[in-house]
Amino acid sequence: MKAASPPFRSFLRSAGSVFLKDWRSELRTRYAVSALLMFVVTTIAIILFSLGSEGASPDALSGMLWVVVFFAAMSGLSRTFVMEEERGTTLTLQLLASPGAVFFGKLLFNLVLVTGLNAVTVLLYGAVIEGFVIRTMSIFVVTVILGSMGFAAAATVIAAIIARANTKGTLYPVLSFPIVLPLLLSVIEATKKASDGAFFAEAAGEFQLLISYIVVVVVASSMLFEFIWKD
Amino acid sequence: MVLKILLGVLLTAVIIFGLGLPMSPHPQAWYELPVIPGLGEKARIIFFHVPTAWLSVVAFLTSMVYAIAYLRKRDLSYDIRSSAAAGLGFMFCILATLTGAVWAKFNWGSYWNWDPRETSIFVLLLIYGAYFSLRSAVETEEKRAALSSAYAIIAAVTVPFFIFIMPRIMTGLHPGAKGDPEGAGPVVEFKMSPNMRIIFFSSLVAFTLLFYWMFTLRVRTAQVEAHNHQRG
Repeated sequence: MKAASPPFRSFLRSAGSVFLKDWRSELRTRYAVSALLMFVVTTIAIILFSLGSEGASPDALSGMLWVVVFFAAMSGLSRTFVMEEERGTTLTLQLLASPGAVFFGKLLFNLVLVTGLNAVTVLLYGAVIEGFVIRTMSIFVVTVILGSMGFAAAATVIAAIIARANTKGTLYPVLSFPIVLPLLLSVIEATKKASDGAFFAEAAGEFQLLISYIVVVVVASSMLFEFIWKD
Repeated sequence: MVLKILLGVLLTAVIIFGLGLPMSPHPQAWYELPVIPGLGEKARIIFFHVPTAWLSVVAFLTSMVYAIAYLRKRDLSYDIRSSAAAGLGFMFCILATLTGAVWAKFNWGSYWNWDPRETSIFVLLLIYGAYFSLRSAVETEEKRAALSSAYAIIAAVTVPFFIFIMPRIMTGLHPGAKGDPEGAGPVVEFKMSPNMRIIFFSSLVAFTLLFYWMFTLRVRTAQVEAHNHQRG
């Protein structure tokens, strides 16, 4: 195995330290976590108010869950890169770490962030919204995990583009939507199956799609990241 | 020059024959087009709608190829080509959407119903829109070229997933889609008579030539603009 060779180990170490740097700075400010939590609470409250006493069909509710997830991700995941530009630390990071290490460090941070966020969103959504029932838990859990990975993969590279373009927030959902649409459609489809009580094997097609989507996006963006990151 | 004359002849012929030839249920003479069940006279739009949709995809691929070339060579002339192709692709994409919507209104009864083909052309429109809003947001030329190239490639990589996703979510109404009672597959193969095919493929060739001509024109004007800009 080549995995233990020194260049790879040093790559892992620097990717790990990029992650740790972001992790510590997040723990210090707790900006992303608190802002995102409030965002999720607000959005779910809006859904509750707009539904009022009328229930919506389980299919519509499983779609709406991913609307919350999409916009929450769009409001928080660009932060890792935008923050570097705001603090003016991009240049330092360019000098200290290889583009690949920066990319995978940030990807890992976004993955942790979005997985935690989705876990909270799903629990809150399931607890508060009455008509939303999951009959096949295994499909749902796998969908949320794969969905989080896909969101992190697509959102990280778009965040890098956004941060370099100095446009901050507005363009982020615009650029991300066509890219995450295949992911969004498959997770919504899988969630509908989970709420219909389908067998695990029936969602296998969606899972294959999600896994190949994640692989393709991560590979493509790790190849392109160098061109985005370096001037 | 030869190209332009050929293009003029081809497009005129396509318009005259495509719109003018009579349709009959049992074509006898060479000039009679067969009636496709369920489509009738409305089938004539195929000579114009399909080439525009084809060009919006061709332009997207052209744009992506030049985007890759730009990232490899860092030569701004590739970026000019990439954005010129994307601009034309955007235009043809809008044309395909509009002609498709008009046809859908008369064949399916509504302008828009999220058929798989409609959804995919909508996604293509979104990508083009996002591409140009990204370009307009960046001031520096090199940065704009690098970022928009990267975005074009990322978008191109995710587009093929729709081919696998769409059939799972809905059955299509579009001729040649999975739910079509006449059978699935390209419409050209099983629904067209030889004379229709000749008109169809000449139209495809003519539109592709038109695209090529417009593309070279746009690239040349953009290069002159960039040149003037540099000299102040």
